[in-house]
Amino acid sequence: MKAGTLRQILLITDGCSNHGEEPSAMAELAREQGITINVIGVMENDVIDEKGLKEIEKIAGSGGGVSQVVYSQQLSQTVQMVTQKAMTQTIQGVINRELQQILGDSKTMEDLPPDKRGEVMEVVDELGETSKLEVLILVDTSASMKHKLPTVKDSLLDLSLSMNARMGDSRFSVFVFPGKRNDVEKLLDWTPNLEALTATFPKLSTGGLTPTGPAIREALTHFNKKRSLRGLLSHDDEQYFEESM
Amino acid sequence: MMMNNTLRNQCKLLPGSLVTGKWNKNQYKIIKELGCGANGIVYLVESGNRHYALKLSDNGTSIISEMNILKSFSKVQGSTLGPSFLEADDFMKTGKQLPFYVMEYIHGHDFLRFIDKKGSSWIGVLMLQLLTSLSALHSNGWVFGDLKPENLIVTSPAYKVRCVDVGGTTLIGRSVKEFTEFFDRGYWGLGSRKADPQYDLFAVAMIIINSAYSGRFQKKGEGYKQLNDLIKQKKELHPYRKMLDKALRGQYDSAIQMREDLVTVLSKQNHSRKKGPNQTATGQQQTVQPSTRQARRSQNQSKKKSGGFFETFLLVAIISMLYVLYIYEQLL
Repeated sequence: MKAGTLRQILLITDGCSNHGEEPSAMAELAREQGITINVIGVMENDVIDEKGLKEIEKIAGSGGGVSQVVYSQQLSQTVQMVTQKAMTQTIQGVINRELQQILGDSKTMEDLPPDKRGEVMEVVDELGETSKLEVLILVDTSASMKHKLPTVKDSLLDLSLSMNARMGDSRFSVFVFPGKRNDVEKLLDWTPNLEALTATFPKLSTGGLTPTGPAIREALTHFNKKRSLRGLLSHDDEQYFEESM
Repeated sequence: MMMNNTLRNQCKLLPGSLVTGKWNKNQYKIIKELGCGANGIVYLVESGNRHYALKLSDNGTSIISEMNILKSFSKVQGSTLGPSFLEADDFMKTGKQLPFYVMEYIHGHDFLRFIDKKGSSWIGVLMLQLLTSLSALHSNGWVFGDLKPENLIVTSPAYKVRCVDVGGTTLIGRSVKEFTEFFDRGYWGLGSRKADPQYDLFAVAMIIINSAYSGRFQKKGEGYKQLNDLIKQKKELHPYRKMLDKALRGQYDSAIQMREDLVTVLSKQNHSRKKGPNQTATGQQQTVQPSTRQARRSQNQSKKKSGGFFETFLLVAIISMLYVLYIYEQLL
């Protein structure tokens, strides 16, 4: 089986959106395009309220991804874990569909005896290691996030360290919301390493609104822009995972 | 790592309850919980009058990956590093399918507790063992990945160091996915997370550093400098300084190379200790007797020897002075 490209949006926030489109609707839109959305809720001394918690789960649910609420000290390992888990989930989804075609009924991996499951899992692990990965990181920079931003930066550097250790290529792009003029602002275009963040991240100004929905919508167009450009250069296996979604 | 409550609830089993496999129909009786990790709970179980460790999870993916690793461990000839694999099956609990696997139960103390009890002279000896095991693992194309004291068990009566959690074990050339920051060279900015033998050797160095400090510390500024300072601050780490530095910088080609240097360090210490007849550093670790007093205080032999002379001189001086006083009193 050939490895394709896994596309993910990683949303890092600490609460509820209060501006623009419904975030979970935008997450659904992303899923339709084969892009998984993962959400990490960051707490420090504050706690995320019930409403914020629900929204976080709902976005990840609609976006076919993973959500997790953590204290900022645990952010690095969580970012890594969530990204990894979502990759495995996506690949497993693809494999399950293949299995259903072969085995008929609504058979999934779980219905196989453990030994066979082990063999399938080896394929999943192999794909997770060799697939190309594109992660668009969306960071909430509303006022309450201000003092958490250094930790966010460290955890993103750590993520690129982990993902770049894989055999497949990884590329990252970073957006923040709210932006200076618009709802969203691009901080870093597609790049394999996030070192460049070190210079830009501390200078961020934080704003009052939290336009999560519009941020996701904007992020999607960034994926698409890149794809249409790439399309001109003709890429074949790139879209493998999306088509199977 | 955090563990969600649903997992806890679903995998929670009381002592005495039975786990029966859906496929192989084997039955295991829960004796007690041994520990819980990010993706499951490990129980001590009994079946056919023998004890095993059983890991139960609600997450099929990670547990199956682990099972694959354990299986390939069993294929590594002569490696006794990890637990041997028995079987994998599914447990049906109130309509939900929970995958589990059964492995050898490794009984003993965890590494740090053992060192606490038996003395720090054991650190070097146990690390020799560990390096031998790692060398076998590496030559079979694997890297352990998540090496840390909590994952090391020292068995008894023959003191042997074994690893219990193989979840981080990775094929050489792939990315290490399960690690602990303190023991991870990527965290300290001293290398990538691509699995190579040096990744494990870095962790071995960190285990030695960790055992000299009671707690762990977070990275502040430049990782290499911070670790170097930490080594300098502890006298008991001084004999290992050169070796630790090489391991931290990834300069050892193999575990065997690092082991050779460790043998040299340990045998030097033995020479400097005058009355240590049972200390050997030849790899026959089980026969080594622990000595309660450590001679790691001084950095080199000559210093140690002059210390010995001084002690003897002092002793002789005090005794002769007492004797002179005694004679003096008698004469009066």
